[in-house]
This record gives sequence, structure tokens and C-alpha cells, in this order.
Amino acid sequence: MGAAFFPVLFFTAFWACVGIGVPMMTPKGPNQSLFRCIMMLTAATCWLFWLCCYMAQMNPLLGPKLNQNTIYIIAKEWGSELKDG
Amino acid sequence: MGSLFRSEEMTLCQLFLQSEAAYACVSELGELGLVQFRDLNPDVNVFQRKFVNEVRRCDEMERKLRYLEKEIKKDGIPMLDTGESPEAPQPREMIDLEATFEKLENELREVNQNAEALKRNFLELTELKHILRKTQVFFDETVPTVSYNTSSSTTTFKSRWRYGRRQMADNQNEDEQAQLLGEEAGMRASQPGQNLKLGFVAGVILRERLAAFERMLWRACRGNVFLRQAMIESPLEDPSNGDQVYKSVFIIFFQGDQLKTRVKKICEGFRATLYPCPEAPADRREMAMGVMTRIEDLNTVLGQTQDHRHRVLVAAAKNLKNWFVKVRKIKAIYHTLNLFNLDVTQKCLIAECWVPVLDIETIQLALRRGTERSGSSVPPILNRMQTFENPPTYNRTNKFTKAFQALIDAYGVAAYREMNPAPYTIITFPFLFAVMFGDLGHGTLMALFGLWMIRKEKGLAAQKTTNEIWNIFFGGRYIIFLMGVFSMYTGLIYNDIFSKSLNVFGSHWHVNYNRTTVLNNKHLQLNPSTADYEGEPYPFGMDPIWQVATANKIIFQNSYKMKISIILGVIHMIFGVSLSLHNHTYFKNRNALLYEFIPQLVFLVMMFFYLALLMFIKWNRYAATNAPPYSAGCAPSILITFIDMVLGNTPKTPLPGCESYMYAGQSFFQNLFRFVALCCIPVMLLGKPLKIIQQRRQANRQNLTGATSDAEVGMTNGTAGGVAGHGGGGDPHEEEELSEIAIHQGIHTIEFVLGSVSHTASYLRLWALSLAHAQLAEVLWNMVLSIGLKQEGWTGGIMLTIVFAFWAILTVGILVLMEGLSAFLHTLRLHWVEFQSKFYKGTGYAFQPFSFDQIIENGGAAAVEGAE
Repeated sequence: MGAAFFPVLFFTAFWACVGIGVPMMTPKGPNQSLFRCIMMLTAATCWLFWLCCYMAQMNPLLGPKLNQNTIYIIAKEWGSELKDG
Repeated sequence: MGSLFRSEEMTLCQLFLQSEAAYACVSELGELGLVQFRDLNPDVNVFQRKFVNEVRRCDEMERKLRYLEKEIKKDGIPMLDTGESPEAPQPREMIDLEATFEKLENELREVNQNAEALKRNFLELTELKHILRKTQVFFDETVPTVSYNTSSSTTTFKSRWRYGRRQMADNQNEDEQAQLLGEEAGMRASQPGQNLKLGFVAGVILRERLAAFERMLWRACRGNVFLRQAMIESPLEDPSNGDQVYKSVFIIFFQGDQLKTRVKKICEGFRATLYPCPEAPADRREMAMGVMTRIEDLNTVLGQTQDHRHRVLVAAAKNLKNWFVKVRKIKAIYHTLNLFNLDVTQKCLIAECWVPVLDIETIQLALRRGTERSGSSVPPILNRMQTFENPPTYNRTNKFTKAFQALIDAYGVAAYREMNPAPYTIITFPFLFAVMFGDLGHGTLMALFGLWMIRKEKGLAAQKTTNEIWNIFFGGRYIIFLMGVFSMYTGLIYNDIFSKSLNVFGSHWHVNYNRTTVLNNKHLQLNPSTADYEGEPYPFGMDPIWQVATANKIIFQNSYKMKISIILGVIHMIFGVSLSLHNHTYFKNRNALLYEFIPQLVFLVMMFFYLALLMFIKWNRYAATNAPPYSAGCAPSILITFIDMVLGNTPKTPLPGCESYMYAGQSFFQNLFRFVALCCIPVMLLGKPLKIIQQRRQANRQNLTGATSDAEVGMTNGTAGGVAGHGGGGDPHEEEELSEIAIHQGIHTIEFVLGSVSHTASYLRLWALSLAHAQLAEVLWNMVLSIGLKQEGWTGGIMLTIVFAFWAILTVGILVLMEGLSAFLHTLRLHWVEFQSKFYKGTGYAFQPFSFDQIIENGGAAAVEGAE
């Protein structure tokens, strides 16, 4: 139950790279601080948005309610055959 | 370093220019565009300034150029626009320019006059030609028949007898004709010899006047005249304004001199032109031949005149833009020189200007260049001045940041050196937009449009249009691109592409029902506590199963989207409050820092960040698989919890097996937070006014008890503080009434406390618009595109094509354009009101440097405005 290790690490690391790594490597210039600010804010907002979506699904309190047809289509298209019986 | 975070440091400078060098120096500064001059003679009437004459001459030149431009446009000659901007010419070149324009204008006017005269002549001849031709027909036909005019019979006769009558093949008319002719013939027989004394006049009249003319003639002459008319089929050109007009030829027969004068008067009144028309057919033929030859001659002359005019205009068109730029530059320079002060010796001009501190070097260089160009030996002097005035706000932008800065400036230009929200807006604006607009498909469309504009930037910028909507789009191309890109990201997270979802990683929900169960139930809900759910969420974004769970998708997504709206909103607001810290520390406003920033931050964190925290706690603690205290059924409503916390209520008794609190000690923490937050209110309300009272009292006491030397020190300190404080822009508070301070503080506090509630609620628009957007997209898919997709056979293909076109139009028109606009406006509001109210005053005024580029871009409008 809860979070899986790999995705959390991967996305956090990815956005950490964007938000911390890239600003550190920004070349000097008149727009350096602006570029840093942009990268850090991008990383922060995107990571937060992803995190919220992830956490909202981590411990679902209710399950999706599916239509009969949808179930047949899911069984066919997403490759999980319905059990006999 | 010039960065966007704060406006540039500005300084007021005094500039001494030698009279001879002033023109060249100002010209250089205009090319640079970094100096804002102040008007040093505000009391002097515009007509009494020094260089009024020169400005007036420039106006005159501009008028001539506009005349040329009008003529060129009339002839549809393309104007060469290289886009380059020639340097402002030397003052002595002005005379040459003036002479050139004068010559061109005169030449053109003369040619136009000649052409008009020729055209008038041509018109007359053409009209005469038509008269001769048409009347020939009348004479041939009507002379034997027209003899006697009586009232009743001629009315019918006349109305029937129109030119072109002969061509009519209508039988009925033919009959009537015959009848009438018979009648006429009878009458003629009874009164022979009458037609011998008939006089006539022939002329041309505007076709629309003809009916009234005819009626007038009839009434004034009591039916004793006879009028025949024929239309001139081809339109004639009116020489005075070049319009095409339709005219008719008429000929009036009458008897006697009295009638003749009357008819002539009527003709005059109706602006009909009368032409001499010989009676004898031979004379007429001769005259017609003479007219033809004259027309031919005239045509050649007219052609030559037109050629000449064309040559003149083509030559002018090549240089016109260039001349415009030059004249506008000269005018702008003289206009600027008018702002300067003349010193007593008349040897030098004194100017005051605001300049960015960083650019003083560049300005010095430009001034030196100007001096060299003018050949003057005395270098100009640029002195920095001390001032108590508020400097203008200058944010150095580039093509990328310009649009974002414009969004901020539309609300209010930042006070001098105040924190500029623009650099943060570059990301937060597209992000909040995307939260509302989240759809991978629509986002892609928007991003592609933005990208296209960015790629074609130069070409698109070159073709200047006056289309306002296009200019807005083009000006905001980087915003549109970023909004599109962020919408793609949020669309991926929402797993929403044109209201469908992508199953990239494989759904983490599985259907474990067996065939019979599925067959017997219309709807089946998956159970998260069983093997239906893998136990770990879909790694990136929303699980695709939710998009197809039509029965309870909205319930799940509403709860998710409302929560993220509040979380994002609270963080956004806290970010805004934190930015106010930078303002307070920069302006060394200790009181505001202690009694505004800290209590505000504490209040927000204790109440609203705690609310956001509760959401994370709920996501983390409660699960369908857990045992009762934290099971799905026990999950509390965050909203109720928060309301209970604010009101100090004890929560309702929970369901059996559940607990009323989410974590141990919740009751204690909530009471503590509430208490601290409430304590912040009096601090915000009273802290600053009390502190100010205390400081004033201290100052008074010092003044009373202090020895003379102390007082002097205090005085000097005070003035120094005043000057330094002025940079901070905080000093006027010193004189402010205490009651006023208290009232301001009261309003400010109430606004913040009530505002933080309403602002938090306001961020729910993120959820509302996002929901609306997703629903609209889904409706559009189900109601439109799925109809096309469900058709079968080859007709289905055709049907799908049509339906797809319809769907695509609606998608772009409603979902991307209209929804995009609405989301844009809501985002703008969130930034202006909810975010900027936390730290931004926006009470400054913008830096408007004297810049040729600006002036030429505005088509000289700015200079004209200034001259008035």
C-alpha cells in the first residue's frame, strides 16, 4: 500500500535536476538569474503538480465504477481476459 | 546587473550642451533611447519656445510628405520600405529636404491641375460626341412624328417612347406603339406646318436627376415641351473627384422663345450641361468628325500627363519612407531641444534628464560622438544631481520578457525599485493557466501556434498590420507558447487528450469480475481493497481507468482538483507574502517587516497552510485497505475539520470504530494554531501605529532635552536620512497624520484577514474551470465526433470527414480560443488580485526615454502629441 519507490525517486530526481542542476550550470550572462528563477519555478510547480496527482491516487478510498461495455472493451483492449464462471 | 527582479537604479542628471553641439548630441541620444528629458520650461507657452519655427517647418514637411503618400497610394505604387533607419540629417540639410519636397509638391500639384483641366475638356468632348451620336437617332426617327404636344396624349406617348424603344421586341408594346403613332399621325394631319417652328436644345444630365428634371419641365412648361432622352451606357469620369458617374443625353423640343428661356433656366437649375447641336445633318456629321479628332489628340496629351505624374511618383515612392524617418527625427530633436533651458550667455543649453545609472558610460560616449560630429571643441557635461523626486521605473526587458512585463504594467507600474512580479509570472502564469486548461491536445495546438509565431517572428514583425487582435496574439507569442507547453504537461498529468486518456504505463486497476457477474450488472465498481488495485498508483499522472469510469469519474476528480487548487493557491499566496519580505528589507522598513510581514506569514501558515497539510495527511493516512480508524469509511471531510477548527467546535461523534481526529494531538495543535493566528490580528492592526507613536515621542524628547550639539547632529542625521530614505521612497510617512496611519493599518489588516479567506476560496476557480474545460471537451467528443466514428461503410467515411471538420472547428473555436481566453483572464485575476495584493503596490510611473525607434514606430504620433 502506498507509494512505489522507483517512480517517486525518478520524478523527484528528474525535477530536482531541472530545478537545482540546470540552474547551477547556467552560463554567466545578463539573464543568468532570470533563467535560474525560471528553471527553479518550473521544477517546483511541475513536481508539486505531479506529487499531488500521485498522492491523491496513492490510497484510493473508492474505486472506479465502470459500465458493462467499458469492462468488455477493457478486457479486450488492455489484455486482461475476464474469468469464466 | 540589470535584471528584471527590480527596476533599474535611476539618477537625475544635468546636461550642459554647447548650442552648436546640442543638435548632434540630442540626435545621438535619440538613437540610444536611454534618456528621459524633463521639461524645464513648463510655464512657457509652446508657441514661445526657442525652436518653434523649426518644429513648424518639420510639420510643414511632414504635411507635404503625407500629400505625396496619399497620391502614391491613390496610384497604387508600391513604396519601398527597407526597414532601415537613416541618421537624423544635419540641420543645414533641412533646407535641401525642404526644397526637394517643395519642388515635388509643386510639380505634383501642377500635374494634377493640368490633368484635371484636360479631363474636364475630355469629358465635355465625350459628352458632345454622345450627344451628336444619340441625337442623330432622334432626328432620324422622330422628326416626322413629333409635331404637336398636347397634354394627355403626350404623357403616355412620352412615357412609352424611350430610347431603345426600337430594340424592344415586346408585342404588346409594339401594338400600343402602332396605336399611338396612328393617333399622332391623325393629329399631325389636322394641323400641318407646326413642326417647322420647333426649336430644340440638347445636353447631358446626371441620370439620377433625370426623373425630377422631366417632371419639372413638364410642370413648368405645362406640357408644351417634348423631351427625348437616351442613356450613355459607359460611365464617365468626374474630373473633380475621379468618381465614375452615369449620365443621359436629352434633347428638348419646344416652340417659341419664352419656352426656350424657361427650358434653359431649368437646365441650369438641374446642372445639365447644354451643348450646341447644329440642325443640319451635314453640319452635325462634320462636327462629330471634328470632335473625334480632338478627343484623340486629347487622349495622347492626357496619356503623357499621366506618364509624367507616374514617373514623379515612382521616384518619390523610393525615398518616401526614408524621408519620413528623417523628418520625424529632426522634429523629435527640435521638440526635445524645446524642453531645454537656455543659460544667460545663450552659449549653452541646459537639460535635465533621468538616466539609468548603469548606462551613464554609454551616454557619455554618445555625447562625445555627437560633439565630434558637430565639430565643436567644448565637450558636453553630464552631472549627477541629488533630488527628492521619485525616479521613474525602468525595467529592461527583451522580446521574451516584454509581454510578461506588459501584463504586470497593465495593473500598475511598479514603484521605484519595488519587487517586480514579472520574473515569477513567467512561470506561474502559464502554470496556473495550464491547471485550468489542462489538455494535451488543446495544449499542443496552442503551443504549436505560439511556436509558429516565434519561428516566423522576423517576417511577421516586418509586415506591420493594424489588426489589433493579431497584434495582441503576436505580442503575447511567448506567453502563448509557454501556456501551451504547460497545458501539455498538465494535460499529461490529468491524462486528458481531447477528453480521452493515454494508457502508457498500463492501468494499475484490473477487472477481476467473472463473465456472469459482468453480464448481469450494468455498472460494476472496482474495489480498491482487493486485487482490483495494484497497491501503487499509476506512476505519472491520473490512472487512465478514471477517464472511462463514466459513473464516478467526476466525484473522484472533483475531490482531487479542489484539493490541488487549494494547495497551489495557498503556496502561491505564501510565495507572494515572502516576496514582501524582500521589499521590506530592501527599503529598510523594519516596522513593516516586524508588524506586517511576520504576522501575515504566521497567519497564513497557521490557518491555510495547515489546511493544505491536512489534505496531504488525509491522502497519506486513509486507505480502503486500512483497519477502521483509518479506513475509507472513517475518512473525515477536510472542510468540516477546518470549519470546526476555526470555530473552535468539538467534532461530531465519529462512526463506530472511527476516531474524530486524524492524528494524535490534533485538537491541541488546532487550538494552538487558532490562538496564534488570532494573536496575529492585533499585531497587524496595532503594531505599526504604536511603534510609530513611540518613535515620534522619542524623537520629541531628544529634541527637547538634547544639547545644541546633539541637536545639530540629529539634524544632519535627519537630512541625511531623508535623502537616503528617499531612495527607499518611505519618508513621506514622517509627516503623515497618526490617525491616517491607524486607519490605513486598520483597512490593510481587515483586507488581509478577510482577503486570505476569500482569496483562498478564489483559487477554487482553478478547479471550476478545469472541470468545465474537461466536461466541454467530453461533451464535444460524445455529441459530435463519436457520431462520425460510429458510422459504417463508405458513407461513414464521408460522414466522418464532415463531422471531423465540424468537431475540429468547434475544438479550436470554443475549446482553444474561448476557453483559452477565459482561463487567461482568470489567471490574470489570480495574479493581479490574489498574488500581487500580498506585496505589490504598483504606484510608480514608467520610464519613457527619448528614443527615435519609439517615435518612428508610433508614426510620429508621440512627437505630434508633444508639440501640441
